[in-house]
Amino acid sequence: MNPDPTASGLPDAELFSRDHFELFALPRRFVIDDRSLESRYHELQSSVHPDRHASSPEAERRLSMQWSTRINEAYRLLRTPLSRARYLLELDGIDVAAENNTAMPADFLMQQMEWREALDEARDARDAGALDELARMLRHARRDAEELLVRQLDAEHDTVGAAATVRRMMFIARLAEDIAEAHETLDN
Amino acid sequence: MALLQIAEPGESTAPHQHRLAAGIDLGTTNSLVASVRNGVPLVLNDEHGRALLPSVVRYLADGSTVIGHAARAAQALDPRNTIASVKRFMGRGVADVAHVESMPYVFEDAPGMVRLRTAQGAKSPVEVSADILRALRERAEASLGGPLTGAVITVPAYFDDAQRQATKDAARLAGLDVLRLLNEPTAAAIAYGLDNASEGIYAVYDLGGGTFDISILKLSRGVFEVLATSGDAALGGDDFDHRVYCWLIEASRIGPPSLEDMRTLYMEARRAKEALSGADDVHVGLKLSSGDEIDVHLTREAFAAMTKTLVDKTLVPTRKALRDAGLSVEDVKGVVMVGGATRMPQVQRAVGDFFGQVPLTNLDPDKVVAIGAAIQANVLAGNRAAGEDWLLLDVIPLSLGLETMGGLVEKIIPRNSTIPTARAQEFTTYRDGQTAMAIHVLQGERERVTDCRSLARFELRGIPPMVAGAARIRVSFQVDADGLLAVSARELGTGIEARIEVKPSYGLGDDEVARMLRDGFDHVQDDIAARALAEQKVDATRLIDATQTALAADGDLLDGAERAAVDAAVRALAEVVEGDDTAALRAAVEVLGRATDEFAARRMNRGIQRALAGRSIESL
Repeated sequence: MNPDPTASGLPDAELFSRDHFELFALPRRFVIDDRSLESRYHELQSSVHPDRHASSPEAERRLSMQWSTRINEAYRLLRTPLSRARYLLELDGIDVAAENNTAMPADFLMQQMEWREALDEARDARDAGALDELARMLRHARRDAEELLVRQLDAEHDTVGAAATVRRMMFIARLAEDIAEAHETLDN
Repeated sequence: MALLQIAEPGESTAPHQHRLAAGIDLGTTNSLVASVRNGVPLVLNDEHGRALLPSVVRYLADGSTVIGHAARAAQALDPRNTIASVKRFMGRGVADVAHVESMPYVFEDAPGMVRLRTAQGAKSPVEVSADILRALRERAEASLGGPLTGAVITVPAYFDDAQRQATKDAARLAGLDVLRLLNEPTAAAIAYGLDNASEGIYAVYDLGGGTFDISILKLSRGVFEVLATSGDAALGGDDFDHRVYCWLIEASRIGPPSLEDMRTLYMEARRAKEALSGADDVHVGLKLSSGDEIDVHLTREAFAAMTKTLVDKTLVPTRKALRDAGLSVEDVKGVVMVGGATRMPQVQRAVGDFFGQVPLTNLDPDKVVAIGAAIQANVLAGNRAAGEDWLLLDVIPLSLGLETMGGLVEKIIPRNSTIPTARAQEFTTYRDGQTAMAIHVLQGERERVTDCRSLARFELRGIPPMVAGAARIRVSFQVDADGLLAVSARELGTGIEARIEVKPSYGLGDDEVARMLRDGFDHVQDDIAARALAEQKVDATRLIDATQTALAADGDLLDGAERAAVDAAVRALAEVVEGDDTAALRAAVEVLGRATDEFAARRMNRGIQRALAGRSIESL
């Protein structure tokens, strides 16, 4: 390697600012090999984690924390399909959250309302079984959306369509969180 | 100076340079210290061969302090000045502490943290904990034959930032260099996992004297990855004692007991609880100082019935942790039991029923946390042996956020994020011409500020006057590997910045720790200057070691002039480390630090490149 003589105790700018896929030496695509992702993550953390530099001088410990944080962040975004898809779109210059949400198709809006009502009913009836059933339906819907994303992102490069699918998944994720919260309330 | 030694990268340089490091389990009821000797982790006993140090401190009017067994024995005699279960008060105000009415102490609600009035004045829980830690440090140093390079202190995984910070302050006060705050269930997983070479998903159920933790870990090829953790920082064996205590009073139809009788009854309650782990029935018979007589039998079934709600209460966080990890009970390969309270048969039964498998109890539940901490301390101190390439990835237990308009909390870092971690979010002004912004940092899962724990407040001042909504203030959170938070805020137009290590609300300020250090050392007539010098020498030696190890591994990253500069700085430090000049020592440490800054960055890059290339070091 060719160290930059001008840098002083800072993370290597080129390496640090690579995108998450490059950092993990993985192809930039939606379909990802979970095993490779995890083993790369473990290898990188094995090298930079603060536990590996605990008895080192201050500068090295600081670097280690910065790098370890950077790699945790990258792993977090690549690990789950939803955040990975959002990130891929972001790399293409598309901010999913900023897009106008009215583009959601009418049938999905109907579906949303039905799920919301089902959640409210289950919550009011304190029905854990109904919550589980709703969670199961959401898992199916999520899987369908993920399959759609494989086509949209990796085969057709349809970023507009993918952004719509991602927004749908974001709704599903929020609803799943609400179900988990409802479960918690039932527990207490 | 000595000749440069060459070792494998990351490994200990030579056997004689083995650095003394200890793992400390600072428990609610008992504390332990352990260390790795000749590659074997061992709990260090006191001069009577006892491993457990009761976490009890007695402050006498003559200025002397008694710690451990003798203090515990004096509980009924001198309840007000004998502090037990102080861990429950760490980082807590009076309002946070349960069962205040049945505690014999005189509380003072000092700003931030409760204080306890004793014959030696008001004591902060940090000071009481420091006394316990000091006793353990002395035990370790006597046993290992030299000053400790550093220690790993364990904390309940569910401890919040204030409780962690208080623990770290206590360690500093006790003269310990904290290598890491380690979560108790994770420590147990290390001890257990390395012992059994386990793979798969494991749950660690840790019911201690005053805290409950549940952690879900994934063990794979030497990596301990915590997927989720949950718990209750105010639930433990003490609560079971409390149920038996209440029952003793009720069943014996006696009035409110005196302070002394209260202590006696608590001790009897604990004895009965412990006896019921082995016997089906226990007799409690004694005469109180009030003249009242206690003569009752408690059966295991009755005990299980009166504590059922407590056991059930542990299953709520257990379900939550599984849900957060996205797993169900069928995914769990093994359940490790940790903490003395898991000896209770009703606890083992309930956990076994919940997970549908017999929990693992083959390691001593009292010692397993200290053992894991010792293994981690040994590695962090730089004694990593060949093949010890395991890695620990832990999480924060509670979400961190900021107060926004309307008393609501905006989460910045969600719970169960792997640490170290950092997140930033942008906020804006809500009034025209607003020149300051109050930043209120909170921890917890609830939506409202009043339902979360306040960690710190600070202000970003000097925002240029603009219309409402025009300023862009970026607030950044950084959580380090100890799980401790630092927050900074920056106005993006002007670059004005404010930064805070999260301490003021519940932890202690640096000047307060300094004052307590001074008071503490005056008290025991220790020589503060000698201690400081000894510590600096240990640090300097460690720095020389680390630099030599780094040079041996990656010396080729430096050109001739750079190498000469580093070598000269090492030599200069090696010379002053022999002397007694604190200022010169500090200066030489700084020079060496500066000389190696760039070297450190290059080494880090090389490590990453190698990890990416997926190639072994030999093939490069």
